Formats: sequence, structure tokens, C-alpha cells
Amino acid sequence: MKTHRVRENAVKSPENPTIFIHNLIVRIRRTMKKFSKGDNLFKLLTAVIASSIFLILGLMIYELTVGSRLSIQRFGIEFLVGTKWDPAITQVFGALPLILGTLVTSAIALLIGVPISLGIGLALSEFSPKRFGFAFSFLVELLAAVPSVIYGLWGIFTLIPFLRNNVYLPLQAMFGFFPLFSGLVYGGGVLTAGIVLAIMIIPTISAISRDAFSAVPNTQREAMISLGATKWETAKTVMSYARTGVIGAIILGLGRAIGETMAVTMVIGNKFQLLPTSLFDAWYTMSAIIANEFTEATYDLYVSALIEVGLTLFFIALIINVLARLIVWRSLKLVRGIARE
Amino acid sequence: MNHYTVRKMIDRSMRIFAYLALIVALIPLFSIISEVLLKGASSVNINFLTQPSPTVGEAGGGVANAIQGTLITVGLASLIGVPLGIISGIFLSEYSEAKISYPIRFFNDVLSGFPSIVVGIFGYTLIVRAIGFSVIAAAFALAIIMLPIVTRTTEEAMKLVPATVREAAIALGVPRWRTIITVVLSGAKKGVATGVLLAVARIAGESAPILVTMGYWRWWFAGLNQPVANLTLNIYIFAISPFENWQALAWGSALVLVMLILGINIIVRAATREKYK
Repeated sequence: MKTHRVRENAVKSPENPTIFIHNLIVRIRRTMKKFSKGDNLFKLLTAVIASSIFLILGLMIYELTVGSRLSIQRFGIEFLVGTKWDPAITQVFGALPLILGTLVTSAIALLIGVPISLGIGLALSEFSPKRFGFAFSFLVELLAAVPSVIYGLWGIFTLIPFLRNNVYLPLQAMFGFFPLFSGLVYGGGVLTAGIVLAIMIIPTISAISRDAFSAVPNTQREAMISLGATKWETAKTVMSYARTGVIGAIILGLGRAIGETMAVTMVIGNKFQLLPTSLFDAWYTMSAIIANEFTEATYDLYVSALIEVGLTLFFIALIINVLARLIVWRSLKLVRGIARE
Repeated sequence: MNHYTVRKMIDRSMRIFAYLALIVALIPLFSIISEVLLKGASSVNINFLTQPSPTVGEAGGGVANAIQGTLITVGLASLIGVPLGIISGIFLSEYSEAKISYPIRFFNDVLSGFPSIVVGIFGYTLIVRAIGFSVIAAAFALAIIMLPIVTRTTEEAMKLVPATVREAAIALGVPRWRTIITVVLSGAKKGVATGVLLAVARIAGESAPILVTMGYWRWWFAGLNQPVANLTLNIYIFAISPFENWQALAWGSALVLVMLILGINIIVRAATREKYK
């Protein structure tokens, strides 16, 4: 109340110097307060820029749909189940073999990569001392940093000759009667693509599953050990406790395998056919055909068909990534929540 | 053999399997590094570093134009991607109470796992259709690829700054936005720099989106609305070519690229080692 009266006096008698100064300070404070509304401006600015992620994703869907309009109108659902890809004469495009190629090579990659990744995750979080674990985590992370095109280069000149002479030919000599291992052995092909993809997804899966294992509360391990369990039996409990995180990690790895382009393009042989005759035969994937033919597509419908392949890839990747993130987020929250209790 | 021995044997074999998995996974890493060093070193000489790409049948040649192109493209992409990423990261870390931060963080993570070639096609339909195959289109695609990485690492680095530091600044009467920029961001600058460098290393190695937005190009930089040569596409085109001197150039380019990318990764991770302990 007192201040209020003083302020009124100030307005009435500006000739009083003390009150005038007081008044000035009050005014400066008011301006400062207004200025601190800069906070709201700053928040708004960062919020708008951070929200541009929605704009990017929305524009992406819009642009890819518009870009593949020609092909969608022409082929409709036939595009997804068609098995012919003939840009030269009949101009018919069907992507089923590509979708199968992508799914099968990714599945091979998971079959090879998941057991190895889980082994790595356990070795790093359960079986080894911390210092050792740190050094190897570092190396595994480096594996993830190697660019895809380098994997392709290494695949062509090192891996393919090695696999052909030391793995595929002996395999064929032993199991050649089995259709999967019959046919010509080029060195490249479906199995090689699967192996390269497995190498590329191992860092992703092993790093996330290691984190999921490390997040399991120690009480679980102590309980198992006090019951006389061996290290492996303890590790089994840890794995089942962290299973959602592991599943999320595997789906994330799948997402990476499905979108992988250059390395696969360089080793799979790029042959458009519904099904390969054997594991050693050449095949094609969605991303590989985009990389190979996009800059050479000579007419609008052709480009449009390739963009529709990209759109299909977009939706497959979107579903896989959304699923994986939901699972990983939930599991880490769950595990951390319990650990805190 | 009693039950106990069996359990012990299973335990031992599973532990051996786990370590074996670790070793098997690291064989490709060592193989790649040694091959690139071995085969790449023999093609690195003064011509290699100063000459542009050779034409068909031409002997010699180098990758100078590709190094120039990669630096320009990655630099331009960083100019777009880094500020946007850091600002988004600031929002996610400092205003995490805002409801919209949850979906932003979520879709940010989703975008970071996206196939880079799809981002490349997006760059094609949005920019190449308007101005043609160009550095701008490639830089745009690369900026989108680096955005989620920078955002994520900035957010995590800023969250590591203790709340007491923020409270101290606010208690001194500093507005929140100045606290964030001068105190929190500068406290987290090491972590932010780490994220930026890792994102740069990541996009320097991208090839699929560049193939779609710029295509393979053998000449020097001629303007932002023109394509330019590029290290990763050099490797791709030279590796699948039938000429031996081109293949040698592919290994040389691979050496340059691997030294750049693994160098950044090793330095950054060694410098931020204490974070993991």
C-alpha cells in the first residue's frame, strides 16, 4: 500500500528528485519485465524450428505421392503385385520381385546378424570387465561409422572372392543336390548381400541390446547367482528381462537393412527376376533399382515408377521405425522405472 | 557326467560363443581398414591429390575435384543442418515440459532411421525438378539426414548440464533465453561439437542420396546450381568400372574417405571418453 502511495505522489509531483528516481527504476523494471517476454519469443522460435520435422515428413509423403502419380494412375495395385519390369518396350512396371528381394535379403541378414549381435551384447554387458567392454564397444561403433559404399567396395574386391573360393564352392560340393546351393556360383548374389547387410546391422542391434542388458537391475542377477546359477543361466534371465528392448533393437536393425542401398547394389548382381534359383543367384532390391536406374530413366512414367518404389520403401521404413521406436522407448522407460524403485 | 557338469559345459560354451561373436563381428572392420590402407596407399601420390578424374582410356588422374566437391557439398549441408539441429535440440532439452516435444522427439528418432535414398528422392522431387541436378539439391538431402543426429546429440548434451547451473543464472536475474544460450549451451558445447562432427562424418559417407540428387559428375565445382564430383560416387563408379587405373582410384578415394570419417570418429570418441566411464 505504501509503495502505491509513493508512486501516486511521484506522478503528482515530478519535481521531487528522490521520488523521480524511484519512479524511473520502477519504469525500467517494467520494461525489463516486458523484455523478459523475450523468453516466450525464444520458446516460440525454437518450437517452430523443432516442429519443422513434421513439415519435412509431411512434405516427403506429399512429394513422393505426387511424384509417383503417373505410375499409380496407370498401374494401381498391379504395381505392387506385378512381376514384370520392362522400361524398354512395353513400359510395364511391377515391383513384387523387388519387394521380395528386399525382404528376403533383410531376413537373411537378421538370421545371421541377430545371434551374433546378442552374443556381442552379452559379452560386453554380462561376461566381461567394464574396461574391456568399453574398448570393444568403441570398435563396434567404428564398424557402424564405415560408409556403405566402402562396404560395397570391400564386398566386390575382398569378400566376394573369399566367399566364392572358401565358402560357396565347398558348400556346393557338399550340398549341391539341395536346390538352395545349386546353380552357378558368381560370388555375388542373394547370400552375399545378406552377409554384407548382416555385417552392417550388427553394430546397431548389438549396441542397443547391450544398453537394454545393462539397464536390467542388478537385483535380478544377484537373485540368480544366490540360487547357484551359472553366468549363462543368469544371462538368460537378463535376456528375458530385457526382451522388449532386444525386439526393438532387432526391428531397428531390420529398418537399416531394408533401406540400405549402395553396398547391396554393388554385391547382389542386380538381376530382375521373381525368385532366384539359388542362394548364389543374382537378384534385385527396391533401393538397388532406384540407385541403378534413377539417373538413366528417360521418360516420365519410368521416373514415376521408380519414385513409387521409393514411396513403397518409405511406408515400409515408416512402419518399421515407428514400431521399433515405440518398443525401445517403452522398454527402456519400463526397465528404468523399475530400476529406480 | 552329472547334471552339474552339463550345466557347467553349457555355460562355458555359451560364453565362448559370445566372445567368438565379438571377434567374428570385428573381422570385417580390420579387413576393411587393412585392405583400404594397403590398396589405397599405393595409389596415393601427388597426381592423385591434384588432378581431376581421368576420362576413359586416360592414364593417371586423381580425385582432387571429388575432394573439393565433397567438402563443398558437406559444408553447405552443415550450414543448413547444424543450426536447425542445434535449435531443435535446445527446444527438446530446455522446454521438454511442452506437450509437443514428445512427438517431435519421436519423429526425430523415426527420421534418423530412415533409408537415405528415400530422402534423396525427396530432394529430387522438391529441388531437382525445379533447378536441376545440383549441389543445392544434394546439400538439402544431406541436411535432412544430419538434422535428427544433431538434434538428438544437442538435446542429450544440454540435459547433462546440471539444473543448479540454470537456477544460479536465473537467480541472478538473467532471462531464461539468455541463460540457455550463454550458460547452458556453452556448458554443453563439447557435447554439441561431438554431435555435429559425428553428423558431418555420417553425411560425408553418404552416397545413395547424392546419386539421386546430383548424379555422378567428373568436373570441378562450377556453381551451386550445378553438380560437382564427389568422393563416395567416385568410389562407386570406379569400383564397378572395368579399368584397372579407375579401380586403383576407387581404393585411393576410399582411403581418403575412411581416414576422414574414422579419423573424426576416433578423435571425437577419444576426446569424450570420460562420458562413458
